[in-house]
Formats: sequence, C-alpha cells, structure tokens
Amino acid sequence: MTTTWTIEGVREALAGRKVSARELAGEFYKRVEERNPELNAYLTLSQERAYTQADRVDAMVAAGRPLPPLAGVPIAIKDVISTRGIKTTCGSKILEKYVPPYDATAVERLEKAGAVILGKTNCDEFAMGSSNENSAYGPVRNPEATDHVPGGSSGGSAAAVAAGLAVAALGTDTGGSIRQPGAFCGVPAMMGSYGRVSRYGLIAFASSLDRIGPFAKNVNDVASVLQIISGRDPQDSTSTTAPVPDYAAEIAKPVKGLRIGIPTEYFGAGMDEGVRKKVEAGIELFKKLGCELREIHMPHTDYAIATYYIIATAEASSNLARYDGVRYGLRVESDSLLSMYRKTRGAGFGAEVKRRIMLGTYVLSAGYYDAYYLKGQKVRALIAQDFRDAFAKVDAIVTPTSPVPAFRLGERTADPLQMYLADIYTVTGSLAGVPGISVPCGKVCGKLPMGLQIFGPAFGEARVLQLAHAFEQAGGANL
Amino acid sequence: MKISREDVLRVAELAYLDLSEAELETYRKQLDDILEYAGKLNELDTSSVEPMAQVLTDNQTADATLREDLVVPCGVAEDVLAQAPDPEPPFFRVPKVIER
Repeated sequence: MTTTWTIEGVREALAGRKVSARELAGEFYKRVEERNPELNAYLTLSQERAYTQADRVDAMVAAGRPLPPLAGVPIAIKDVISTRGIKTTCGSKILEKYVPPYDATAVERLEKAGAVILGKTNCDEFAMGSSNENSAYGPVRNPEATDHVPGGSSGGSAAAVAAGLAVAALGTDTGGSIRQPGAFCGVPAMMGSYGRVSRYGLIAFASSLDRIGPFAKNVNDVASVLQIISGRDPQDSTSTTAPVPDYAAEIAKPVKGLRIGIPTEYFGAGMDEGVRKKVEAGIELFKKLGCELREIHMPHTDYAIATYYIIATAEASSNLARYDGVRYGLRVESDSLLSMYRKTRGAGFGAEVKRRIMLGTYVLSAGYYDAYYLKGQKVRALIAQDFRDAFAKVDAIVTPTSPVPAFRLGERTADPLQMYLADIYTVTGSLAGVPGISVPCGKVCGKLPMGLQIFGPAFGEARVLQLAHAFEQAGGANL
Repeated sequence: MKISREDVLRVAELAYLDLSEAELETYRKQLDDILEYAGKLNELDTSSVEPMAQVLTDNQTADATLREDLVVPCGVAEDVLAQAPDPEPPFFRVPKVIER
C-alpha cells in the first residue's frame, strides 16, 4: 500500500475501491501509534469521530454517490482550533480539560467536504512561539532530524504531515506559525490573506494577525484544502466577501513572464550561509521557469519585529484576559475573587504566555500607549505600504522563510528576544495581511529542510499557489 | 534600564498575574531587553502616518458591517456551563466579592 498518500491518491483509491475510508483511517492511526510517542505531534486522537465520518464516506462509495472533494482524507487540526466534543487545550495547562461546545467554521467545512479529522496537534502554548518548545505538553520533534525542533507554533501539524501521520493539517499563523514549521519540516504550508479564511472557532491570540491555513504533502493539496476553508462566514465579520477563485484551475497556468521581486532587505546579515545558497538556487529556478526577476526595496522591513511584538502582545494581553477561572478551564481556589484570578492565571499560563501578557499590558498601559502601541500601529501602516508599493511593480515576492534551518531542541530557549528576531522574514507579511506560502527548497547540509517563501498581493492566493506549484514541479524540493 | 521592579509589579497587577520572586526578576530583565529593542521604532518619523487600525478595507467586507438584528435559537447554556470549574446552573459561581 502507498506510504505517501495525497488527496488525489485517496480519491482514486476510494473510487477504485482499493481501500475504504475506515481502513485508511485505521492505517493512519496505526502509524500514529508507532511514531507519535517519539514525535509528540498529536495531543489528542479523535477515533470515534473519525470512524463515524469514515463510515459515512464508505456508505457514499457503496451507494455509488458522487464523493465530496476531501472524501476520506485524514486531516489533523492544530489544538488552538475548536472541535466540538474533542478536547482543545491550546497547548496550555489552563485549558487542560476544555472541550469546546462547537466546531470552528474551518473544521465544519472540512468535514462537510468529507475529511476525516484524526485528532489535535501539539503547538506552542496559545500559538506563542517559534519552536514548539512552549507547549505545556512537551515539545514536538522534527521528523527529519529528531534532535531538532519542528518550528512553531504549528509544529505538531507540520510534523504530522511530514511524518505521514496525516495527509493534510490545519495550522494557524500569526507571525509565521504556519510557514516557518512548514519550512523546518520540509512541507508546503500556506496562510491566505487576512480575511480569506474564517477565524470563527480559532481560539484568539492576536485577532488582527491570526489566520488559519493548510499544510500538505504538495502544493496541489494545499490548494485543495484552502479551497474548502476559504470564503465568507457570517460568524466572522472580518471574513471577506471577495470571491474565492478555483485554485485548481489557476494553479496550472504558466508562470512564464511573471515578475518576481527580490527584496534586498531580506538578504542581509544574520542569514545562515546554507540557507542563502539554497534560496539563491531557488531564485535561479524561477529564472529558468521564465519568470522575470527584479530587485526591489522594502525599506521598513527592519522595523517589523519590533512592530509585530508590540501589536501581537497587546492583542494577546486583551484576548487572554478571558482565562479567569470562571467560565472554563483551570481554577485555583482562593478566598477572594481577585486572588482567585491571580493564582489561576499565575499557575495556568506558561512562561512565554506570561511574558507576552506582561509586555502587551505594558505597551497598552497609561503613559506608554502612544510611545509603543500607537507607534507600532503607524509603523505597521508603513510596512503594509511597502507591500503595496512592491506589488505595483511585481506579481510576487520571493524570500527565504526563515534565516536559519531547524535548530536543536533547547538551543535557543534562554533568550526570548533572540528567538523573536528569527521571525524576521515572516512577520512582515503577517502585519501587511497578504498571503504567503513556504515551499520546500532543498536541505541545508543535506539534512535540514529549508523553505522558500512566496508572498502575493492581498487576495492573490492563486498567484502564490501557481508559482509554488511551478517551483515544486521543477524540482525545488531537491535543490 | 527602562523597566524597574516596580513596573513589573504594576503590570502584573494590571494583568492579574501572580508572579514568583524569580519570575519578577527574569521578566524585568527580559521586558527591558525587548522594550529597549522596540525603541528602534523611534528612528522613524511617523508624525504624518495614519495608524493601521484594521487590515481589510471597507469594500472587502462590504456586507459585514451591518446585518439584520435577528433573534436566533441559541440554547447552549447547558453545554457552556458544563465547562465551568464551579457551575451552579444557570449561574457561574465565584468566590465572594463583597465583604461584610
């Protein structure tokens, strides 16, 4: 039986009755049982719900009914995305026993399209981190090199897809949390434009930045999942009414003549030499594909990390105020209400989450709001303008996804600022609201995967997918 | 040094976070480093820049601003209360707030 399942492979095998959806789910659970004790990619498995859905798909096959686009496709969901009846911890002790009473819209749409939800994947606590080492349930290991981190915060989703423990997975990206683990684990990973995918049921970290998006084995599958989860949702007033194009049709279009911008600011100091060589080879590949390369400038890039960590933490401090020991999650009993709040939050949140709540509270507090938060909002406008200016001249922007490949577990935990600085290439697109993908671009030292990032203009997902697909077809992963 | 021990205590108070002595000093140092770094935004003159208060333009969420104000069935009280640490249906119970 095939070991690398794709969405198309599943469709053909089901239609040709070579495998049933139930058998397929069982095959994946067997592999999870073998690999997960080492990788720690899954936190919770949802066999009952998965097999119920698989049986539904098998009944459709038996009745000869047309199958929905993701029929029987085993999918993993990051543990910050709500799943009705399935524990959703956000990688936090404060939600250790939380079972959501409803499904996120993205999850509901996947199931309606026939997908089989295998379980919930590990992540940095409340999606705050770049290495998955901030999970209260232990770090995930990178399947490509198990003494290395898988990236974060969606490390479990990236590792699950890379190790063949799911055909696709949903992650969330606030400052790079889909793209960077995709790069570290060697799988394509995409965030659509802000507003493209409903955030309903995504447990909030920073509401003006959070986005749900897919990981998969290839760009076609990334497009297929994005197709299903995209589109207006009345439950999320920031989900856009802009029409969703047919990505499968768009993806096949030729890329010859497309203009690709290479921003000089993304190729400065601090980039690993191995990463530099691979991304340069990646850019050459686009040239061979007939794309026109143009050097461009994005002058505010260097201010993105500071801006991001002000805005994201400010929003987090507000969003995480809801964990108060009253309505859900952990409560540490005490004699007064205020003392109960303090003890609950002090005991329930991990170090990184507390650090960000403190930072966010500080930048929003009286006397500091203008100097930090408002200043950050203004610089965010300048960064967004950099992108609009660039897209007046080019069709897409190509950069590395991360300045470094996956690092060793424990190597970077001592200094949070150094960890933040490595998000430099991803936070810019997050602040601007534009779509971005990371596609595999060879391995550094023949061992550690590295990612090439493609940004498109707002709602230009089709263009991003088209270029990523052409890059993949031309052998980008083996550079 | 931008951040003093008193600043950390004040912020922890605002954020309702109980911190240990060790955490206080660690966070003081780390917040100091991060805010020192964030100071680089002052290199930019933003006096004529409008802050980016939202990501999408109005025409991208045209029908999103207003919808009909309709009452829809909800009935989730039981499910919601089931998640509470100390429910007393139909209420959430909390420690005594008013001193006698």
